[in-house]
Amino acid sequence: MKLNINNKLIDVDVRPDEFLLETLRKLGYLSVKEGCQSSSCGVCGVLLDEKIILSCTYLTLRAEGRKITTLEGVRERSQYLVDFLAEEGADQCGYCAPGLIMAVMSLENEIDNPTEEEIYHYLDGNLCRCTGYKGQIRAIKKYLDLKSTRSEVI
Amino acid sequence: MITIKNYIAPNTIEEAYDLLIEKKNNQILGGCAFIKIGSKTIGLGIDLINLNLNYIKDEEKEIRIGATTTLREIETSLVLKNYCNGILCESVSSIVGVQFRNMAQVGAGVFSKYGFSDLLPCLLVLDAKVNLHSEGIIDLKDFLKREYKKDILKEIIIPKKDGKAVFENIRKTSGDFSILNGAMYIGKDGTAKIAIGARPTKAEIAEKASKALEEKQKLDEIRKLACEELNFGTNVKGTKEYRKGLCAVLITKMKERIGD
Ligand SMILES: Cc1cc2nc3c(=O)[nH]c(=O)nc-3n(C[C@H](O)[C@H](O)[C@H](O)COP(=O)(O)OP(=O)(O)OC[C@H]3O[C@@H](n4cnc5c(N)ncnc54)[C@H](O)[C@@H]3O)c2cc1C
Ligand code: FES
Ligand code: FES
Repeated sequence: MKLNINNKLIDVDVRPDEFLLETLRKLGYLSVKEGCQSSSCGVCGVLLDEKIILSCTYLTLRAEGRKITTLEGVRERSQYLVDFLAEEGADQCGYCAPGLIMAVMSLENEIDNPTEEEIYHYLDGNLCRCTGYKGQIRAIKKYLDLKSTRSEVI
Repeated sequence: MITIKNYIAPNTIEEAYDLLIEKKNNQILGGCAFIKIGSKTIGLGIDLINLNLNYIKDEEKEIRIGATTTLREIETSLVLKNYCNGILCESVSSIVGVQFRNMAQVGAGVFSKYGFSDLLPCLLVLDAKVNLHSEGIIDLKDFLKREYKKDILKEIIIPKKDGKAVFENIRKTSGDFSILNGAMYIGKDGTAKIAIGARPTKAEIAEKASKALEEKQKLDEIRKLACEELNFGTNVKGTKEYRKGLCAVLITKMKERIGD
């Protein structure tokens, strides 16, 4: 089958019971992390047609003809957010970061100028064992503020 | 671990149904969240993706929700936000996270009659019906009482009601399963309904308590009736006694929110 990953068409052989997480990692998209494997932690998040999904639970065969985006595909766009996360001490082991960043990209695609409540609600499915979330929220707010004031930059 | 030997996405519902009943271990694939955490061997996974069952249709007398509509689509639907205080949107909004709700499908959850389902008590108080490929249209209330039989849920039909409805749930942390959940409806025509779920068995209407609510009896009486007529059980989330106690609290919370 052919998969559109980060705007590249890639040929890949998959089993009927293969989930996108396994396919993406086998193809070298190592930003996509494996955590709970049971739809509960959010670390495996990728965008499917610009919306966040859990790659551990999405059958690869279903993704034919759809647009898959991993962190490798939004490096430039997400760099400001990565910097803010570092600045705010919001990253410790960093394992949850790719899933969190992809969820923020999805939030941006879906909601203009989200309130703090909307940000919390949107990111409810992204678990972090280390940071306690406050730093992450500060960083995300800085990133979204920057976006609304300097839209030409991002 | 789940094993799926073959995968197909049929172009007609007839084909999907014929394949489903052809072999015991052929199965419909919804969003796969539940299937994924199981350990079955599925002979043929049947994907409904090509059947155009992804819709929320606002019709004159009813709202129709297609089976493959995601929980997130329910949560963000303007039609549903404007229907009975947005009870359906609210009921799904605490299920795991957005990324999960972008995949989990409404038909799968309703057909599977999960005890913990947050949607079922709401659909019950709204007098929802299910449209099954083989069995046709039946009341959700009756469907929930039936023995399991292979079929395909095509859509959920909700009559347009003029009234207020609220959903309440008690869960230890957001994203966890409800220890108890419930819904209350009061119509402008004076009809009223209370349904309680996650007891931990599947949601059920508390008939006597609903009647008492309709007759505007005292809250204490409504709570008492519901706690007496429904059966509660014990699982890892809570004991039977704890749930019974919570039921009274849940009804108070719902009544306070819904008003008279
Ligand atoms: C970690 C986790 C937490 C959850 N928390 C909650 C919660 O708090 N509240 C809540 O209400 N729910 C919760 N759920 C349940 C969630 O809502 C279900 O996963 C969902 O309802 C089932 O949808 P699915 O698309 O994932 O179904 P699948 O896993 O794909 O399918 C489930 C079953 O339904 C069958 N099926 C699918 N579609 C149809 C159809 N159209 N007709 C007939 N049969 C069909 C499948 O064959 C399968 O047997 C949770 C699930 C998980 C995994
Ligand atoms: S690994 Fe996918 S949600 Fe945890
Ligand atoms: S920084 Fe370690 S899990 Fe989030």
